[in-house]
Amino acid sequence: MELSALFLSRLQFAFTVSFHIIFPSLTIGLAAWLTALEALHRFTGRAVYRRVFEFWLKIFGVAFGMGVVSGVVLGFEFGTNWSELARASGPIQGPLLTYETFTAFMLEASFFGVMLFGRSRVRPGFYLFSTAMVAFGTTLSAFWIMVNNSWMQHPVGYTLVNGVFVPVDWMKIVFSPVVWVRFPHMLLASYVTGAFCIAAAGAWYALRGESRPEARVMLRMGLFMAAILMPVQLVFGHLVGDYVHNYQPVKFAAIEARWHDEQPASEVLFALPDEDREANRYQIAIPILGSLIASMALDSKEVGLVDFPRSERPPVALPFMTFRVMVACGLLMLLIAWGGSWLAWKGRLMQRRGLLWVIYLSFPLPFIAILTGWFTAEVGRQPWTVYGVLRTADAVTPTLTTNAALASMTIFCMTYVLIFSFGTYYIYKLLHLGPESAYQAKSPQGLSNRPLSIASRGVDEM
Amino acid sequence: MITYWSIILAVSMLLYVLLDGFDLGVGILFGYTTDAEQRKNMLGAISPVWDGNETWLIVAGVVLWGAFPEAYGTLLSAFYIPVCMMLAGLIFRGVAFEFRVHAHRSRWIWNIGLSVGSLCAAFMQGAMVGALAYGLPVDDGRFVGDNMSWLSGFSVISGVALSFGYALSGAGWIARKCEGKTRDSALRSIPKLTAVVLLLLIGLFLYSLSSDLTVMQRWMDRRVLFVVLLVALLDIFAIVISTRRGDDALLLKAIIVLFICAYLMFAISFWPYLIPFSVTFVQAAAPASSLSFMFWGAGLFIFPLMLIYTFCSYYVFRGKVGS
Repeated sequence: MELSALFLSRLQFAFTVSFHIIFPSLTIGLAAWLTALEALHRFTGRAVYRRVFEFWLKIFGVAFGMGVVSGVVLGFEFGTNWSELARASGPIQGPLLTYETFTAFMLEASFFGVMLFGRSRVRPGFYLFSTAMVAFGTTLSAFWIMVNNSWMQHPVGYTLVNGVFVPVDWMKIVFSPVVWVRFPHMLLASYVTGAFCIAAAGAWYALRGESRPEARVMLRMGLFMAAILMPVQLVFGHLVGDYVHNYQPVKFAAIEARWHDEQPASEVLFALPDEDREANRYQIAIPILGSLIASMALDSKEVGLVDFPRSERPPVALPFMTFRVMVACGLLMLLIAWGGSWLAWKGRLMQRRGLLWVIYLSFPLPFIAILTGWFTAEVGRQPWTVYGVLRTADAVTPTLTTNAALASMTIFCMTYVLIFSFGTYYIYKLLHLGPESAYQAKSPQGLSNRPLSIASRGVDEM
Repeated sequence: MITYWSIILAVSMLLYVLLDGFDLGVGILFGYTTDAEQRKNMLGAISPVWDGNETWLIVAGVVLWGAFPEAYGTLLSAFYIPVCMMLAGLIFRGVAFEFRVHAHRSRWIWNIGLSVGSLCAAFMQGAMVGALAYGLPVDDGRFVGDNMSWLSGFSVISGVALSFGYALSGAGWIARKCEGKTRDSALRSIPKLTAVVLLLLIGLFLYSLSSDLTVMQRWMDRRVLFVVLLVALLDIFAIVISTRRGDDALLLKAIIVLFICAYLMFAISFWPYLIPFSVTFVQAAAPASSLSFMFWGAGLFIFPLMLIYTFCSYYVFRGKVGS
């Protein structure tokens, strides 16, 4: 592909949004877990829950701050790089993102400060309530984002007037059936991400032989949570597949690398899709399984890519591969979560150093699964921005030059890489210090909106 | 409904200019002192509030998109480079703010990041306002210029003027919030900063006269502008007096009034245009179904709560820092 303003704009959006999604997917899960911890502490009175809470609160603060900082650019990119999209779909996407921003502002404004700095100033019941409201707020934020993206995947509730999407039925837009499978899928992904990061940290301390009570709590809670959530996630993943199968058949065919109609269809496990030859190289396929996955039937006919003109097909290799990576990560996580939970249940987990190592090193899996899942959804939607109505090539800013796009791309890459390296470095330092550092807290400097500043209380002592 | 969202947009933008204006200004002034003690005090004066201040930019941005989508696409594509530079500056400065505390050997990078990031964001904002007043090539609601259309002598002077304006606002805030040396040097800088801002504004005025900008005709038509101008002149007098007397409470109020005057000057000369003088608020407005969807939740309930919260958080942090 040649270096055009269109291609660079896509690359820049993909880069900034991929970078951003890492942090919200962690914080949504962590916020829910912190609420659970706080409730456990309140109702059991065990001090270990409080220590684990205080420790993870700092990591939550840094990750939340990184999410906020990296998210600022995204909304503006709709206008700078995708001005035709902003103009056409603004009446629908604009209000949705307005709700997202206003909700996030509300959350940050009222309860986040209490959660970070207000422990000693409010009653315990209200503190628990604030924590729950932060978790609720992050979830609500994710909800609006998913409504927005689901509308781009499956536009409903609008009429086109002079090339502008005029909303006619907001109920249809907000309560679209696509939202209600994709939003839970993303939410569960965030919870699993939180669970795996917590379990991995627990495994790390267990391997180092430090903070044993805290490590035990993290390992058990993380693994049990993942063990319960992973099967549910697979079910929702299947439901998401159903919506793709029904509403975006060409994306489905691309994900399956199925070029021709098949009845019954086979399932390609591995291949190198060749878009020019309209065929797969080195294909390994299982007969009938494709029909079973797509339609829950042994003899269903499944459509192939050649049924669609080339101009309406997405790239094939990328969604095909990313989808398989996502599923592989998911199955691996299921295996680890169940195996780990079984041993933890039997009380033998702490002696199995091999398994502890596996759990420790498994923390990238949920992030990889989320990124590859999003690549599948977004690349598979091509060549459309608003599926079936507005092409990506027609959505880009017409006056944007390649040089300007290259300049902004460079600036954002540098800025993001810089903050990413430092941000992860601080999270690593905090994790390295371990839960015992949580009680070296100095007196807070008043109520503050600055999530990153909570980290200073731990890192200062290094 | 269009009026309601026009007001919300105007209020969000004014709040952004007033609030983030002073903390960007502190960031700019930060680069002009090397005294570690003063630097610490300066940052202490804005540390509880800067994050919330910046949120108003995002609020204004999404309201512009949701309520006036046509203008959003047109403006942001016309301002591709300044918007990207501004965002990079804001990110860099925000991160520098937090990271410089932890850094030891690399602290100088974050110090530079803080002041250069602030300056870059301030300049780009001023340049964009200047380019708006100077006029953008817009045809049938679409931007038809190139990536450099925003750049002109006028927009550069505007950028410099707003940077000095923010610095003035920042100095006013430091004087109000800090004590001792930090306060004294802020007070000392105010006459100079005011003079430079005035000179630049006069320069912009002469520039508009000489190139016969459309804005100038507005001035002749709308006499109420001269009332605003008169208030501004009296207000400058108040700045001078309060600086001499060391009355930092009055000084900060006077600076805020000066910014409101400048904002009103633009608002009144541009109205009813959102992009002067080609796209009006009504033309750019989203369909009624979008505006009312936003109104019944975000507009009617959340926005007033946001205003109350902002007011409360400033009330909590009233008075001198660290006293």
